[in-house]
Amino acid sequence: MDTAEIFVTLGGLGLAAFVIWYFFFSARQTAAAASTAGGVQQVAITVKGGYSPEVIEVERGQPVQLSFYRAEENSCSEELLLPDFSIRRELPAFRTTLIELLPQRAGEFEFTCGMGMLRGRLIVK
Amino acid sequence: MNTVAPETTTLDIEGMTCASCAAFVEKSLTRTPGVQSALVNYATEKATVQYLPDQASPTTLKEAVVKAGYGVVERAPDTSAADRQAALDEQKARTYQQLKRRFWVAVGLAVVIMPLSMLMLWPALLQRVNMQGLNYILLLLTLPVLLYSGREFYVSAWNGLRHRAANMDTLIAVGTGAAFAYSLAATVVPGFFTSRGLMPEVYYDTTATIIALILLGKVLEQRAKTQTSAAMKSLLGLQAKTARVVRPGGQEIDVPLEQVQLNDVVVVRPGEKVATDGVLLEGASAVDEAMLTGESLPVEKKPGDAVFGATLNTTGSFRFRVTKVGADTMLAQIVKLVEDAQGSRAPIQRLADKVSAIFVPTVVVIALLTFVLWFDLAPVESRLPLALVNFVAVLIIACPCALGLATPTAIMVSTGKGAEHGVLIRSAEALEKAYRVDTVLLDKTGTITRGEPAVTDFIVAPGQDARRVLQLVAAVERQSEHPLAAAVVRYAEAQDAAALPATSFRAVAGHGAAATVESQVVLIGNRRLLQEEGVVLPPELETPAAELLSQAQTVLYVAVAGRAVGVLGVADTVRNTSAAAIRQLQQQGIEVVMMTGDNPQTAAAVAAQVGITRYFAEVLPPDKAAKVQELQAEGRTVAMVGDGINDAPALARADIGLAIGAGTDVAMEAAGITLMRSDLQGVVTAIALSRQTIRVIRQNLFFAFIYNSLGIPVAAGLLYPVFGWLLSPMLAAGAMALSSVSVLTNSLRLRSFRAN
Ligand SMILES: [Cu+2]
Repeated sequence: MDTAEIFVTLGGLGLAAFVIWYFFFSARQTAAAASTAGGVQQVAITVKGGYSPEVIEVERGQPVQLSFYRAEENSCSEELLLPDFSIRRELPAFRTTLIELLPQRAGEFEFTCGMGMLRGRLIVK
Repeated sequence: MNTVAPETTTLDIEGMTCASCAAFVEKSLTRTPGVQSALVNYATEKATVQYLPDQASPTTLKEAVVKAGYGVVERAPDTSAADRQAALDEQKARTYQQLKRRFWVAVGLAVVIMPLSMLMLWPALLQRVNMQGLNYILLLLTLPVLLYSGREFYVSAWNGLRHRAANMDTLIAVGTGAAFAYSLAATVVPGFFTSRGLMPEVYYDTTATIIALILLGKVLEQRAKTQTSAAMKSLLGLQAKTARVVRPGGQEIDVPLEQVQLNDVVVVRPGEKVATDGVLLEGASAVDEAMLTGESLPVEKKPGDAVFGATLNTTGSFRFRVTKVGADTMLAQIVKLVEDAQGSRAPIQRLADKVSAIFVPTVVVIALLTFVLWFDLAPVESRLPLALVNFVAVLIIACPCALGLATPTAIMVSTGKGAEHGVLIRSAEALEKAYRVDTVLLDKTGTITRGEPAVTDFIVAPGQDARRVLQLVAAVERQSEHPLAAAVVRYAEAQDAAALPATSFRAVAGHGAAATVESQVVLIGNRRLLQEEGVVLPPELETPAAELLSQAQTVLYVAVAGRAVGVLGVADTVRNTSAAAIRQLQQQGIEVVMMTGDNPQTAAAVAAQVGITRYFAEVLPPDKAAKVQELQAEGRTVAMVGDGINDAPALARADIGLAIGAGTDVAMEAAGITLMRSDLQGVVTAIALSRQTIRVIRQNLFFAFIYNSLGIPVAAGLLYPVFGWLLSPMLAAGAMALSSVSVLTNSLRLRSFRAN
């Protein structure tokens, strides 16, 4: 094994380890507590290569209004899916799309893009 | 104490997408200081607010609405939902145009870059061309492909990385980025390579071609995607644009559909569309309701009947009073139901979802390992290019979009298709459950039969004028409120029997009715009525009566002036389509079981008539759900078909409930599938559609999985030691573009689904 091989091997394995850690084990963006205004839990979410915030905590039994602002034109994020609430909505680029729902039971509900690659979670407490 | 009179104002609210939006706006307005009451109507998109002018003003009210996340339209009533949709469509069309332009720029440049790169294959030519100069030319040609055509991939990958999310663009960006970065280094500092005994090879052609091919895939994908929702679009497009409203003064004016209000009277002329839902006031016509129910025959409408928006009036003309507008109409509810189904997730998709979530990072790791292994194992002089090429090939072929598209596109097409046939599927899960059904349990009344009694036989004693007798009988029965009487009247009207006046009508509870018609006493009722009135039944009527009874029919006896003159057979008649539909279900290998509250004799007669061998008779409404359970205990997957409120528990209990007819909301709530047309043909259509959809989804998932699981090892060079096969990154890009397109095309095949 010459030095280049050792260099590439260590570099490659190191990079692979970093990828695994970065995507699977690093800490997620902190959960954003929902602001409650007038009995409605409003959360603003920016869609740009992902959802920020991507973990949203809300109270059970209170109406929730999620306003998604899609700050990109890339087709990956053009659809929003909240399957547990039977919601499929198109998010037009550079616009805010409001999504209302009433969480009746506690639990964790995932929201994703149309292909299921971008992910966020709605935690109902 | 100051006494300011409250003022009332109306605001046009913008941006409400559902009924709960209206609640948000209402709440927000109510909480504004000075507001006494606020009422928001989602259908008309208007808020009526009563406020104290010294504490609130239209401006503060507007602020409250905006704070709630909606807008107030400044008296411009033409910003309707349709216009907003048009604006969105326009934006989409623009994006699609841009995509196509980026694609053509990539293709145009790739077409030049490819042959220029091939020059290196001719050593003779190569000596006359300045290698480095050529590389710089290629670099200049590739830059626009990268920065203009492929820009989206890099921007999106970067955005995703910051979110620790990896999408398909990440793979494309890393793959083409690596090929480009290597080529750039070889162009700018070739000495670095030559000093180590390496050819400073460039991969500009790879970079440009991959971007062009992936964009081709995106263009085709976008085109197919618009087709998947075409059914919904066409459903919404059925709506009339204007309505001819009768003003209180009597004049008729055309107004935009959005301005039609409850209780307006609307005129519909031959060949026009009914603007919205309502009740027919005057006139009569046949209305084609196929767009809502899938039923092909026009439906007769007379005063008092309900008419629905988007249906097509045929030959007559009529006026109706508006009872529902906007989101409350039947069409809007159908659209809502289908949209909900399209937003739901099928259980079959769960595996694909799990895979998608971890796919991209896993592929990046595999690509890195591929690079390392090729670098370590390949001959020194070619290890770097081989490692690079295989690294790129793995990244490009692994794009998981086909997997992500497999299920949703099929669900989109099939739920839309179902709506066209009057089959409303509530969720993707319902569709999947209907696929597994092996037993269909039918509630007799209202599903197999019409659910209302009808005269089937009318026999008069020898020497009697049948027409005359019918006129006399109908005269009595017109006065009665008994359901059997209604059947007799319908029959008489169908025979065009003249309406005669009847006097001194009396109902004999449990027995029948009597009245005087043309100064003769006419009796109609059961046998006991005749006995009590001392009327003797002659043998020539005795025989047909006994025969009707043996067919489990209800028999009505008629006596005129103390003499028995005829008998009527009344029964809940089987729908014309029932036997054929049941046969079709049986041909699909599904056992059809009937249940009814009737006695075993009646049950047996109906079962025999429609070709059912197994049935439950004398089932009380509360026991219906138990019968479903009984079948399930036999290991069957049961679809329950019913129409009434008392079927709701059984519909919910079954593996899949099909509510027939849009009759009761309770039954619809409990059912996974609602059949708009009121016959069993819808059951056949629903099950056939679900079978075909699941078949398509399975094919899609198979293609997507196979493609990725075979593609990655080949791209990694696993076959190289055995066959010497390597997958060129350009081929990988082509295959990747084709994979999602083939999945979409397969889903679109569902568009050609035909009932029967
Ligand atoms: Cu892809």
